[in-house]
Amino acid sequence: MFILAAMCSARRTALGRGDLRDALALGAAITVVGMSFGALAAAAGVPPLLAVAMSVLVFAGGSQFLAVAVVAAGGAPVAAVAAGQLLNLRHLPFGLAIGDLAGRTLPARLLGAHILIDENVAFARARGTGPRARAAYRACGALLFVGWNAGTVVGLLAGSAVPDPASFGVDAAFPAALLALLLPSLRAPDARRVGLGAAVVALAATPFLPPGLPVLVALLGLLLAGRTEAER
Amino acid sequence: MTWTAVLALAVGTYLVRLAGILLRDKVTLPHRLARLTGLGATALLVALVATAALTEAGGFAGWARPAGVLVGGVAAWLKVPFVLVVVLAAGTTAGLRALGVA
Repeated sequence: MFILAAMCSARRTALGRGDLRDALALGAAITVVGMSFGALAAAAGVPPLLAVAMSVLVFAGGSQFLAVAVVAAGGAPVAAVAAGQLLNLRHLPFGLAIGDLAGRTLPARLLGAHILIDENVAFARARGTGPRARAAYRACGALLFVGWNAGTVVGLLAGSAVPDPASFGVDAAFPAALLALLLPSLRAPDARRVGLGAAVVALAATPFLPPGLPVLVALLGLLLAGRTEAER
Repeated sequence: MTWTAVLALAVGTYLVRLAGILLRDKVTLPHRLARLTGLGATALLVALVATAALTEAGGFAGWARPAGVLVGGVAAWLKVPFVLVVVLAAGTTAGLRALGVA
């Protein structure tokens, strides 16, 4: 259904066939990760319906893995929610940056907000700020949503029969995909300075801070933004 | 994991997502701030790439993953199609692991 809707919207809008193919690649990769989430949730004793509800309603992979891991390690549900929420705080500055890429009317935005994830933000931003970027945001978000949830269901059903996604190198696919989507924007000198600063800060902070915070303190990289000609 | 926990995380996450998107409209950003929100997204994404490529649970992720990301990054820089970038990155890491490289 969603895939059909995404394809139809592709025909009606500025979305190219290449865009759809690229979004499908991300969708395929996230399906594999979704399967491993389903398998992990089953192994951790999370009731299947609850695991599916989590994938549908939270739809933020990192925080879902983290929350299940916290509970599996004997942590309180409150601690799991806090850890997951901390990891998801980065979505606020993402929302600020993408603005109407998520939709122009209120209903579109209410829906668009739910499919705001890292890959989708990078995917849409790599396509500018116009109709094509908005269509890319919708289509990629819908495919990622379908892939993640379908993967979760398959993982729950297959349980321990799901092979470790690390053996497919999926953990390298996502940072590589994000990097590929980011490269064009890093041609601007200010973006390169900020990005380099952000990477250094995040890596230096990772051993000392809980998941989620290193990426947020990486916003310190903005100190290297400098001023544009017009601002001087 | 409880229903209360899942619903709390779902509502909290959704509100964080929606807040940024709606805030963007509520305040008319001066040009300088608008530029900084864009650069902020770049900062977050580069930080995600760096930490996801190199770290796992607060420590070093091993050599196989960064090697795959590096191959994918070079391929992207050479303007190899996106799908192939993803496949090359995953394939390199998977291959190295099959050879016993962590």
